[in-house]
Amino acid sequence: MHIAEGFLPPAHAAAWGVASAPFVVHGVRSLTREVREHPESTLLLGASGAFTFVLSALKLPSVTGSCSHPTGTGLGAILFRPPVMAVLGTITLLFQALLLAHGGLTTLGANVFSMAIVGPWAGYAVYRLLRRYGVRLMVAVFFAAFVADLSTYCVTSVQLALAFPDPGSGFLGALGKFGSIFAVTQIPLAVSEGLLTVLVMRLLVQSSKGELTRLGVLIADKQARGETEAVAR
Amino acid sequence: MSRNTKINVLLLLVVVALAVLPLALGLGDHKEEPFTGSDGEAETAITEIEPDYEPWFSPLYEPPSGEIESALFSLQAALGAGVLAYYFGLRRGRRQGERRARERDSESPAAGAAEESTAERA
Repeated sequence: MHIAEGFLPPAHAAAWGVASAPFVVHGVRSLTREVREHPESTLLLGASGAFTFVLSALKLPSVTGSCSHPTGTGLGAILFRPPVMAVLGTITLLFQALLLAHGGLTTLGANVFSMAIVGPWAGYAVYRLLRRYGVRLMVAVFFAAFVADLSTYCVTSVQLALAFPDPGSGFLGALGKFGSIFAVTQIPLAVSEGLLTVLVMRLLVQSSKGELTRLGVLIADKQARGETEAVAR
Repeated sequence: MSRNTKINVLLLLVVVALAVLPLALGLGDHKEEPFTGSDGEAETAITEIEPDYEPWFSPLYEPPSGEIESALFSLQAALGAGVLAYYFGLRRGRRQGERRARERDSESPAAGAAEESTAERA
């Protein structure tokens, strides 16, 4: 769940907008470069955006007795690197702000920063780190999606605590308050998002070996072995 | 069912269980309004911290009722699901086409070789 329209003071709203803009501009450049150099990846790009669309429309109940929704940004960050997700995430947030009165235009900068920038980068960092230490692909995918989801809502909590420090307990008091609303609610949802991302990645490994190899998700010789196996069969 | 499919179904079942358990265990019962959105709760928390805060901008368009809002949310999910289904369907079709082409290729040279050998014998 994103910060609602008008619920960040103007100065904060503007500051987050300024902070997000360069990431989105850079993202648009990487997206157009990707499409120009590899037109065949347009379909998979569409699928990654579609995954974000589906997951951020799914409002799920959580242990705290409230509802929130996953973000779906981890998958695209793993496949196409985080800058591309800055664009796809922004499109999703714009759709929701304009048509659903969910999130908002004045809070778009802040919401883009949490969902389309920090989430994808945090998830991607976890993915790369785990893969470097030889962790299996699907385990790395799960934790990447989990972290992308949860970090988004930790950032949301920080953004609200910065804007509305508690009169008694200050920034940390407010952070605890917003954290218990957003971040704790999000933990089981982040698990769900991790599992769904693993599911989609499993389907992709079955259906799009060549594409995943080109994107560096699968290793080339493994794919060759897979192909010889297929031919042998 | 293949092992692959079983794992995929199991993943889905765990996701469903994670969504249903909070409802089944009544984890929202301590609240006046159970299972509202966390964004709404944040709005309440903001007005608790700063009772004078007034949102200074309101949405340009607001769905006129809960029904319309849920319709638009389903539209969003349906659009996404449609694109995903198109992607996986297309991939599956292409793979099947490639496999058939390979089978045809491997059949025809074999047939050619058989003809050659009979020609030699004659």
